[in-house]
Amino acid sequence: MMNNRKVDNCRVCFIGVGGQGTLLATMVLAEAAIHAGHNVLASEVHGMAQRGGVVESTVMIGDIKSPIISDGEADVLVGFEPLETYRAMRKCSADSVVISNRVPIMPFGVAIGQSDYPDVDKMFAFIGGRVKTLMTLDAQKLAQKAGAALSANVVMMGALARSKAVPVPKEAFEETLRTKTKEKFVEINLKAFALGFDTL
Amino acid sequence: MHPLLTPEEGKKLLLLGNEAIVRGALEAGLGFATTYPGTPSSEIADNFFRIAAESDLYFEYSTNEKVALETAAGAAVSGVRTMCSMKHVGLNVAADPLMTLAYVGVRGGLVIVTADDPSMFSSQNEQDNRLYARLSALPMLEPSSAQEAKDMTVAAFAISESLELPVLLRTTTRLSHHRGIVTTGALLPPKTKGDFQKDSSRFVTVPAVARVRHRVLLGQEEKAREMACQSPFNTLSGNGPWGIVAGGMAYNYVVDAVKDLAIEEKVRVLKLGFGYPFPEDLAKGFIRSVEKILVVEELEPIIEENLRVVAHTNSLATPIAGKAADLFSRLYEYEPGMVRAVMAKHFGVAYETPEPIDLAEDPEAAEMPIRPPNLCAGCPHRAAYYAVNSALADMGTEAVFPTDIGCYTLGILPPLRSADFLVCMGSSVTSAAGISRVTDSKVIAFIGDSTFFHSGITGLINAVHNQHRFILVILDNGTTAMTGHQPHPGVDMTPPGWQKPSVSIEAIVRACGVEKVAVVNPIHVAKTKAAVREALEADMLSVVIAKAPCPLFERRMLGVKQKRAFVVGPECTGECRACIDTFACPALYRNPDPDGATAMVINQDLCIGCGVCIQICNKIRPKKI
Repeated sequence: MMNNRKVDNCRVCFIGVGGQGTLLATMVLAEAAIHAGHNVLASEVHGMAQRGGVVESTVMIGDIKSPIISDGEADVLVGFEPLETYRAMRKCSADSVVISNRVPIMPFGVAIGQSDYPDVDKMFAFIGGRVKTLMTLDAQKLAQKAGAALSANVVMMGALARSKAVPVPKEAFEETLRTKTKEKFVEINLKAFALGFDTL
Repeated sequence: MHPLLTPEEGKKLLLLGNEAIVRGALEAGLGFATTYPGTPSSEIADNFFRIAAESDLYFEYSTNEKVALETAAGAAVSGVRTMCSMKHVGLNVAADPLMTLAYVGVRGGLVIVTADDPSMFSSQNEQDNRLYARLSALPMLEPSSAQEAKDMTVAAFAISESLELPVLLRTTTRLSHHRGIVTTGALLPPKTKGDFQKDSSRFVTVPAVARVRHRVLLGQEEKAREMACQSPFNTLSGNGPWGIVAGGMAYNYVVDAVKDLAIEEKVRVLKLGFGYPFPEDLAKGFIRSVEKILVVEELEPIIEENLRVVAHTNSLATPIAGKAADLFSRLYEYEPGMVRAVMAKHFGVAYETPEPIDLAEDPEAAEMPIRPPNLCAGCPHRAAYYAVNSALADMGTEAVFPTDIGCYTLGILPPLRSADFLVCMGSSVTSAAGISRVTDSKVIAFIGDSTFFHSGITGLINAVHNQHRFILVILDNGTTAMTGHQPHPGVDMTPPGWQKPSVSIEAIVRACGVEKVAVVNPIHVAKTKAAVREALEADMLSVVIAKAPCPLFERRMLGVKQKRAFVVGPECTGECRACIDTFACPALYRNPDPDGATAMVINQDLCIGCGVCIQICNKIRPKKI
C-alpha cells in the first residue's frame, strides 16, 4: 500500500445496468455517510449511458478530493449484476470487499443469440478467490418479497450495511431511507433494506 | 419547496456540481435563465424549470443554444442577472452571438455555462471549450468542486457586472455530475424586471461601432487579467521546488496524489480557477519560484502553452512539461491513479499501488458480451426503424441513413443498423441533401422532434428550395427524451400548470413547402411500412412524421397504466428468429433454458405491451394484466 493512504478512507464503487437504481443507492450511501459524520464525495453517470448500458458510480468517504476510483483502488464494490461485477474487477484488489447481486440481466448480444452469458458460479468463484471478501445474494427475490421488484437496489444497501465494509451504521441508512426517499416507497424501502441486511 | 430554495444560510447540502451552480445563481439574485438541454449540463436547467414554477425566476427551454444565448443577452442588456447553460457543442451553435456579444457587453450579469464532456460519455466530440474564452476574449472560471461551483457562480455575476461582459463558467462531466458537500449562503431576491436603455453607439454592431467596441473589449480583457491575478480562485500552496499547475477536476487528482506520494514538502501547486484571461503576473512569479513545472490539465495544453509564453517573454528557462507521449494525453478524461503515476515518474518518486485484479488470470474466463446502451423495450423509434428496414427489404433495395442526435441514434445497433452518418444537431436533413445529390442511393434521414425544432427546419427549407430528393423521417416522441424528458415547442404531453402553446411539426413541414407528407403511428407496422414505401416510390422530397409518445415519459407524465403484455406461444420452435434478427426488442430473447417451453421468451418485467412484436410474428399473443 502507499505510504500515506489513510486507513479510514473508504472508496465505494457501484456497478450496474441502466435502470437498476444505482443512482438512488449512491445517494443513499452518501447521505447516510454524512449522517454518520463523514465527509463525502460521489460521482454519477447521467445521459446516454443510462439507456440500458453499464452504469458506474462512486461514493468516497473520508479525506479524499477525487470523486472517481482508479484501478485496484476500490475498497468496496457493490455490483448489481453478476457480469458487470466481474467486468469491473480491475477496480478491485486483494484487499477489496465485493457484494454482488446474483441475478443476470441479459446483454443485447446474448438476447439475440450472438453470444453466451458467462457462467455465474464460475465468475463468482474467480472473484471469491481473489478478493478479501465476496458476498452474493438474490436481490430480486428479496425485493419482490419486500413488495417491489424495483427495490433490489435498496436490498443491496441492506447487504452493504451488514457487511460492515463501510463506516456507516445501519441506523444512518435507515434514517436516510426514511427522510430522503419518496414517501410512498419508504415502507417498502425499509423492508427491502431489512431483508438485505438479514440475508448476509 | 424546492430544496435549492432553502433560505437557510450555512446549511450543508450534498449537491451535484450542476445543482451547486443553480444555488449559486439563486444566491446571486438570478432573474432570467435559458437553455437548450444537453448532457452534462441538463440538471442546471431542469432545476431552474422546477424553481421557476415556485418563484419569480423566468426560465425557458429555448429551441436551440443560439436562441437561448440571444434571448439571455436581451435580458442581460436590460439589466437583469441572467444565466444561459448548455453543453460544450451547444456553444458552437451559440458561437455566433457569443463572439459579438463580447463586443457590446451586458448591463446585468450574464453567466454562460459550458459543460464539456472529456471522454465523450454522451457527446459526439470532446472539444475543449476553454478555447472559446480565448476566441471571444471573455473571462472564464472553472470550478474544481461543488462548493467552488457555487462560489464561482456567485462571483461570476459580480465579475460580469463590474466588467460589463458576459462571463463563461466551464465545467466538465465529472464536475457537473459529481456530488459534494456545499454550504449555503444567503439567497438574494431576484430582480426580474429591467429597462432597456438605448445606446446605439454601443449595442448596434454596424462596422463603425464594432471597431470601437473591439477596442473596448481588449481594454476590459486587460482589466479582467488583473482580476485573475488577484482572484481568490487562483491559489498557491506549498513551498517546494517542484511546480505543479492544475485546473478543474484534475486539481483534485493532484492534491490526492501529492498526499499519496508523500511529497507535500517537495511541491508548490498553483491552482487556476480563474484561468482566462491568463494571469500572467501570477504565473511569472510562480515560474520564478520553482525549479521545474508539470502542468496537469485535461484535454488541450492551454495552461501549458500560456506558461511557455510567459516564460519566453520573461526569458525564464524553467522546464515546463505537460502534454507528451510519456506524460499527459490530450485525449479523454483523467483519473487519479494516472495523474499520480505521471507525477511520480516526472518527479522521480517511487511508489506502490494496490495490484488490480486481472481477469486475464481467470482460467475459466469466457468471452464477456458487451452491454451497449440500447433503445428501450416498447420504444416507438425501434418500431419506426423496423418499418423502414422492412419496407426497403420488401422492395429489394437499400438506403443510406443520415441520422441525428437523440435516443434514436441508438438505431446504429444491429439488427436495425439505421445510422450511417452523423456529425451534429440537424445534420441529418442537410447531409441527406448532399448525399442524395451526388449518389444514386436512396437516402432516408432520421431526426427527432426536439432536434427538428433545434436545427432541422432550415435544412428542410433548403431541401425544398434546392429541390433535393430524399425522405426525412421525423421521429416525434413528444419530448426531449435522451437528456431527461425536457419539453420542446411541439409537446402536447405537458407538466401540470404548463400553459404554453404547442407548435405543430406537420404544419411547419407543410409550410416549408414539402408536398409529400405522411403522419403515421409507428406502432402500427403495416401503415408505417406503407407510408415509407409510398415515399420511396414517389422519388421526391418527402417527410414521414412517425408520431408516438416515449413510453417512459407517457407513464411518468400521464400515469398511463399497462393493460397487457405479450408472451410467446408454445408453437415457437426458434427456427425463424425473425423477431430478434429484424426487430430485437430488449424484452424479447432466446430462451437461456434449452429445455424451456418456448425457444424465445418475452421478459414480463420489461414488456410494456406496445404490441409491435405481435404484428411481426403470429406466434406471439397478448396476455391481460
